[in-house]
Amino acid sequence: MPIADKDVTWVDSPKLGLFEQLYLPLIIGGLTTTLSHMVGKKRTESYPEQEPTMPANYRGVHRLNRDENGRTKCVACYMCATACPAHCIDIVAAPAPEGWKDREKYPETFVIDELRCIYCGMCEEACPVDAIELTTLYDLTGLSREQMIFDKEKLLSVFDQTTKAGTDPVRTRAGDLGPASEAPPRT
Amino acid sequence: MIAFDWLTLLIVIAGVIAVVMPTVGYLTLAERKVSAWVQDRLGPNRVGPFGLLQPLADGGKFFLKEAPIPRHVDKIFFLLAPAVSMAIALVALAVVPWGGTQPPPDPVATQGVEPAAVVQQYADTQGGYAKSFNGVIVPGLDVGVLVVFALGSLAVYGVILGGWSSDNKYSLLGSLRSSAQIISYEIPLGMSVVGVLLFSGTLNLEGIIQWQKQHGWFVLFQPLAFLLFMVSVYAECNRLPFDLPEAEQELVGGYLTEYGSLNFGMFMLGEYTHMITTSLLMTVVFWGGWSLFGLEDRVTDPIWGAVVKCLILVTKTGFFLFLYLLVRWTIPRFRFDQLMGLAWKVMIPLSLLHLLAVMLVRQYSLSNWVLTAISVGLFLAAGVYAVAFGTGPNNAPRRRVISSPSPPVGEGLGVRGS
Repeated sequence: MPIADKDVTWVDSPKLGLFEQLYLPLIIGGLTTTLSHMVGKKRTESYPEQEPTMPANYRGVHRLNRDENGRTKCVACYMCATACPAHCIDIVAAPAPEGWKDREKYPETFVIDELRCIYCGMCEEACPVDAIELTTLYDLTGLSREQMIFDKEKLLSVFDQTTKAGTDPVRTRAGDLGPASEAPPRT
Repeated sequence: MIAFDWLTLLIVIAGVIAVVMPTVGYLTLAERKVSAWVQDRLGPNRVGPFGLLQPLADGGKFFLKEAPIPRHVDKIFFLLAPAVSMAIALVALAVVPWGGTQPPPDPVATQGVEPAAVVQQYADTQGGYAKSFNGVIVPGLDVGVLVVFALGSLAVYGVILGGWSSDNKYSLLGSLRSSAQIISYEIPLGMSVVGVLLFSGTLNLEGIIQWQKQHGWFVLFQPLAFLLFMVSVYAECNRLPFDLPEAEQELVGGYLTEYGSLNFGMFMLGEYTHMITTSLLMTVVFWGGWSLFGLEDRVTDPIWGAVVKCLILVTKTGFFLFLYLLVRWTIPRFRFDQLMGLAWKVMIPLSLLHLLAVMLVRQYSLSNWVLTAISVGLFLAAGVYAVAFGTGPNNAPRRRVISSPSPPVGEGLGVRGS
């Protein structure tokens, strides 16, 4: 649909006065601006020497959270694997070991293909027990494709690493959601 | 005729080149650093401390890269162009002083003097001149300024050759722009210097410095001429805001499009050498060369005196080089019609009027300061003229803008339903 006449605002270029027509004062003004930036504070982060501080909601490498007893929080419900648009999460569930009273299942294996992952954070959203989280680790590298497939131990070690460094506190949403999302009470 | 000592001359040439080449290298580093600082960045800092070895790395890269020659180019001229560009830029350095200088002696009067006495007097003055220290490769050149201008405008041959032999429309457009630009800006460039020549009475650059040492710097008496000179020189050097010949956003790289590796490096070398030459020229012609209000004469030791004069000249030149870099990151590029308009409608009339004023002041032997007042007056008058009669910024659309009629509601295209 063409733009109607009444919607068009014609803007004329401003009329220049004597000060502007002399050119030089404005050029000197411009030079002062650039000169002040030259001596001003620099914004560059010298990356390898100077680590950037990531925003708290940065979506980097995944981790599997541990509970107070050091066990993985995951209850192998497959919610994350179902939510994942890239199909990069592979879980094999198994009945929970004898002593674990608070859950029926636990993940026997929990594998994330970090190369397929698109780092959208849907798994984090879907998880009912805050077991999977995305951390602020951004410098994810590997020498082969196999190295980039993270198993349960690797993901738990990411948890250990990030909590020890204090960069990523566990972002639990307990209490924010409905009762169905709460972890079953421990008996 | 000055007797040249060949060995000394060779040493001086080698010395000047040995200083200019690294200066060009560090100018490229300075360019990147200044651009970074202006944009609140740090700039290159990985090669050596503070990136100081970056020019070496760049130079090494230029040497080691493959020099691609596209199949469609005119090979001879394609390879000749960078060489022309660089050689001319280097030759122009020969007549520009870089240190303390002596003006060449006046001609010996022959009328009413014994021939033997004339010969003796000539030998004495020339001998004394030959012994004096001259911080310039070709001292006593009587056409100094003309040579610099001639070589400066020859530099465009490298650009035109490069653009034409590349057989590429972007290259050709770039070199056409360059020639048009240089033809336009040669005129105010030459005319702004004529005023200086009328006062100093010599084309010799050492003589011009001598005049300024006695009477005061030309920038005090002819600030307008200096302004015109500086702007024209920026255009000559293809520097922003006049870098239309190599405007990356419009012409890929202009005449540089097809060039790579050392060919490209030679063009760059020529360009930056030209910047150094013109900065030296601005210093020598308008800012008193190596003189600094008589302070340089306080050092009586000849060697230290030469060093101090050289340092003064280099410092002034360095300031203008820095200004080149800073202006590049301050003022955006002109449009081509604006560029031509500035030259033909503003600078050429102004330089003509200024030349007229200089002639009047010389003819009636007025004080030099009258010329300063006239310069400022002309500058202001140009502004007032632009406000009174100018059409403002030339950004209006060229053809009449016709608004398209809006269709009645409901009959419009693509409206569905009802």
